Amino acid sequence: MHPVPEAAPLRRSLLRTLPRRFETQVLVAAAALMLGVLPCLNAFVPDGSWLHVSDFSINLYGKYLCYAVLAMSVDLLWGYTGLLSLGQCLFFSLGGYALGMHLMLLIGKLGQYHSELPDFMVFLGYPRLPVHWVPFRHFWFAAAAVVWVPGVVALIFGFLAFRSRIRGVYFSILTQALTYAACLMFFRNDFTFGGNNGLTDFKFLLGHDLRQAATQRGLYVSTGLLLVATYALCRWLTTTKFGKVQQAVRDSENRVLFSGYATANFKLFVFVLSAILAALAGALYVPQVGIINPSEMATEKSLEAVVWVAVGGRGTLVGPILGAIGVNALKSWATRAYPDLWLIFLGTLFILVVLFLPGGIVSLPARFAALRRKPPAAPPHP
Amino acid sequence: MKREFILTVEDVNKTFDGFKAITGLNFYLDRGELRVIIGPNGAGKSTFFDLLTGRTRPDTGRIEFGRDVDLTELNEYEISRLGIGRKFQTPSVYLEHTVFDNLLLSLKGSRGVFATLFQRTTAAQRDRIGELLQLVRLEAKRDLRAGQLAHGEKQWLEIGMLLAQDPQLLLVDEPAAGMTDEETHRTGELLISLAGRHSLIVVEHDMTFVKQIARDRKVTVLHQGSVLCEGSFEAVQGNPKVREVYLGRGKGGA
Repeated sequence: MHPVPEAAPLRRSLLRTLPRRFETQVLVAAAALMLGVLPCLNAFVPDGSWLHVSDFSINLYGKYLCYAVLAMSVDLLWGYTGLLSLGQCLFFSLGGYALGMHLMLLIGKLGQYHSELPDFMVFLGYPRLPVHWVPFRHFWFAAAAVVWVPGVVALIFGFLAFRSRIRGVYFSILTQALTYAACLMFFRNDFTFGGNNGLTDFKFLLGHDLRQAATQRGLYVSTGLLLVATYALCRWLTTTKFGKVQQAVRDSENRVLFSGYATANFKLFVFVLSAILAALAGALYVPQVGIINPSEMATEKSLEAVVWVAVGGRGTLVGPILGAIGVNALKSWATRAYPDLWLIFLGTLFILVVLFLPGGIVSLPARFAALRRKPPAAPPHP
Repeated sequence: MKREFILTVEDVNKTFDGFKAITGLNFYLDRGELRVIIGPNGAGKSTFFDLLTGRTRPDTGRIEFGRDVDLTELNEYEISRLGIGRKFQTPSVYLEHTVFDNLLLSLKGSRGVFATLFQRTTAAQRDRIGELLQLVRLEAKRDLRAGQLAHGEKQWLEIGMLLAQDPQLLLVDEPAAGMTDEETHRTGELLISLAGRHSLIVVEHDMTFVKQIARDRKVTVLHQGSVLCEGSFEAVQGNPKVREVYLGRGKGGA
């Protein structure tokens, strides 16, 4: 009956070590920098000034923000509910494909073959637009599909998995199998989604030219707003009784079940919600990178997202954002400086975090504070 | 004239891969009764609780709660909502939540996904939690995370969580495991004080503890999946069959 020294308080968040008032200020400042300062430096500061943020950078940051939303969706499942999904990029990609289909149809006759049909359909000899493509001419249909297609896939898969009480590593393996199967399916040319080339060469969105800096800036700001909204939603959710049940499921699912909660329904709700968040991120990702293909569904993409969350700090709200941006910034640098070594970097980083910093980046300030208080740090609890 | 039992178990059989965990089990519990179940390892005590709480279903037999609720048709959370609470052998509380939140989540009330999204904690709920904290002597630790509690305190918290559901029947699996003598004694007193208002089944190995809570109550001995004998603690203790079951194995028991 020794009081067990626990690592958990460290894991809480970097913000816990700061006064509460300060926390809000830091977050607001970060949001203002992201949504206000960076786009302005891109739009109004002349090229050549050291303050100028290039179009390339804005585009790159927009990608990072999409990844940050994806990471939050992974954390909502893994960090807050104890469901390690290794297939979250499936939903990210489905959202991307849904909007991508609309973008394909907007190209019109500006494509390589000057046909009303998307290029790959001409190339593959389609006589006419497949029926399920037709309604994607309408933006609102495509926007709705971004939400409901991944939502329904998650609902069906989750319903079957949770009803059968598939837990732990078995759940992880199944999610990985699901995204792998989808990846193989989308690779097929006759699946009507462009095969291994996917959808690309987009030109317009809502009447704006995607090749213009202003459009890209607008997409960047939209992604920033999505991130803020996702953060606010997750923050609210974790304070509700629902959020408490969700975390209780993570810590002791049996107790929750034997306390009269249908845990399967709670898990299903979170699974569908996080699928939709990932899909929204995917939909904003596609017009910014200009392509969506089945490699986005490959299993290693989903694993990478899990690494971001682990590095940033699982079970915290800020952790996944820091992890996604940090690891991807590192990736951008490393793939240019040491292209062959990137995966080794990533693997090493993951191992180091798991071994020495289980709370991720967000636990660093608390760790330093603990070090300062008593110089010979207590041995970590195994 | 049929007596009304809160729990009626008749001719129940359960086999796992050819292993007969429960064979021809009959068990009746009066409303408000506190019953202690003892039995060597593998006697079927845990399986018995699993059957009562919907974790597993019997191959044959009848399990009824109150007058006519068939428990064999229901799953864990439905049975819990009927008013049957189960305490696990190893304390299972929500380690990352505060003691207060642990109790809050266990309070009787609607448990749907959408209800919990918009539910607020009422003053009545706070009062009820205050009473429970007093009962399980954790008032001072209200805002600590459950993970910071000592082992015995976690056991007590879990008992508090059961009571928060205001159950008619409590199934308590080895509540004294890992407790000091003093904590064990206090746990015994708590359980005794609950009898009457609630019905309880307590599974226990610690014979001092069994003696304390059984007093002049009925004790049931399970052996190889069925009832070996039932009676007062003294009668059971003096029963040669019971002695053989326990002592024949060379360990356990008094």
